[in-house]
Amino acid sequence: MRRRRVSQILLGLFAGLVFLFLLLPLAVVFPISLSSASYLQFPPPGFSWQWYQRYLDDPSWIDATIRSVKVASLCTVLAMGLGVPLTFFLVRSRLPGVRVLDRLAAAPIIVPTIILSIALYGVFARLQLIGEWYGVAVAHTVLALPFVVILVSAGLRGFDEAQEQAAAGLGASWPAIIWRVTLPQLRPSLVSAAFLSFISSFDELVLAMFLSGASMTLPKKMFDNIMMEIDPTIAAVSVLQILLVAVALGLTSLFGRGALTTTITR
Amino acid sequence: MSSPGDSRRTTARRRETALFLLAVPALLLLGIIFAWPVLRLLAMSVEDGTLANFEKATLDELYLYVLFDSVKIAAMVMAICLLVAYPVAFWLSRAGRWGVALGMFALLLPFWTSVLVRTYAWLVLLGRNGVVNRWLRDAGLIDAPLPLLHNTSGVLIGMVHVLLPYMVFPIYASLLRIDPDLSRAAEGLGAPAWRSFLRVTFPLSLPGVSAGCALVFVLSLGFFITPALLGGGRVIMVSMLIEQQVREFLDWPFAAALSTVLLVATLAIYALIGRITRGARHA
Repeated sequence: MRRRRVSQILLGLFAGLVFLFLLLPLAVVFPISLSSASYLQFPPPGFSWQWYQRYLDDPSWIDATIRSVKVASLCTVLAMGLGVPLTFFLVRSRLPGVRVLDRLAAAPIIVPTIILSIALYGVFARLQLIGEWYGVAVAHTVLALPFVVILVSAGLRGFDEAQEQAAAGLGASWPAIIWRVTLPQLRPSLVSAAFLSFISSFDELVLAMFLSGASMTLPKKMFDNIMMEIDPTIAAVSVLQILLVAVALGLTSLFGRGALTTTITR
Repeated sequence: MSSPGDSRRTTARRRETALFLLAVPALLLLGIIFAWPVLRLLAMSVEDGTLANFEKATLDELYLYVLFDSVKIAAMVMAICLLVAYPVAFWLSRAGRWGVALGMFALLLPFWTSVLVRTYAWLVLLGRNGVVNRWLRDAGLIDAPLPLLHNTSGVLIGMVHVLLPYMVFPIYASLLRIDPDLSRAAEGLGAPAWRSFLRVTFPLSLPGVSAGCALVFVLSLGFFITPALLGGGRVIMVSMLIEQQVREFLDWPFAAALSTVLLVATLAIYALIGRITRGARHA
């Protein structure tokens, strides 16, 4: 019994250390972003808001931020608008080819992003789409679709179809049934899927590196900043990004009622 | 006169048609923006009608070295992730409500934070005069700073940090599915805890282990940003080689051949690990 207690404590200690390892890089950018030093120095010699000020005063940072929000928003709309109907087909159709199409929808996770990036780079260059924000958004949609399909199909499989038949028996039309009966019950999965689509696009760098050209997204701007000069402006941007994810995660667990974690543990 | 069977069949056909129409826009997008460009790229590798580009990619010592190095790093990342993730998943599967909430927070927040933010943080933490080296020196554990950045160890730390959740989640899921009565029964029959773990719990968690291994291996093999920034040019992965061929040398056919090799390796390893799992499950 006593040996068991000891091994449990050791296990808990190990898990705690791993959680520390996971959170440490996130924690370290907070003090740096508030540093009064003019270059990267740790621990910071004093407190100042200067790096946030510099971020807000620099139009190139703000432009990149606005562009990324636009790209991520369009990507979310497209991924949900196309992905949710696709999921209905993949879950409910009894066609023999549906398994193959299921694989196709999951393939963007497996195929290395660098391959998709240069493939699209070639196509977009010919169509003169390089540097257009909506081009990046469409490319990001391909990467977001698998997340939408995985999350929404988990929700749809847990949904009792007899409810739709009952509504149909009572004379409701199919669009009304899907809109009033099915989708409201899928809300946790839908909220989580929309959140993941937005964040995956907002954070994406490899596709954006090739497709965004001179009109940079926020990750591309951050990448260039790290390559040229590591000044603490990037720490301030990082803090803002971490806070965005934290707020979005909080909202998702509030409105998504755990769809995120239940899908992960499925 | 139509029989009820006929009308049922008509309804079923109409239902299939409607469902398929729902899928058309997404399938068009996947076809035009994903499948077609990728296949077109792969076809470029044999554009000149010979296999010269493949010979260069697989026989030239330099490129062969990069290929092996990528596989080696992916295998190391997978092994480290497995060793670290299994105990964490096991702890999570036995933890109370607050433990699970804490664990999910610690796993999900970095999981969804930009890879770039985390890579930047590692640059600050692991440098010669970085935070980690300072702590170790102040604690009197080392005299000279450890080389943690711009080499393989920096790349491994950064990649494990990014990919660890991909290993924890599937293992945790498969541990949750195991009936706790099974190990209780084993221990009730006199098996010590370690034996009930080795003979009951661990074999039943293997589907999660292999799903995690497949995912982590495949994702690491195609990794780009983390090795590019933390490797300091000393660690070259296939993806960086592909980028270089397109960006600097504009050698599309050779980049296409490298892409084909990377894709085939990825799919083969994915299928292989899936096969091993199925075998393990039936054993």
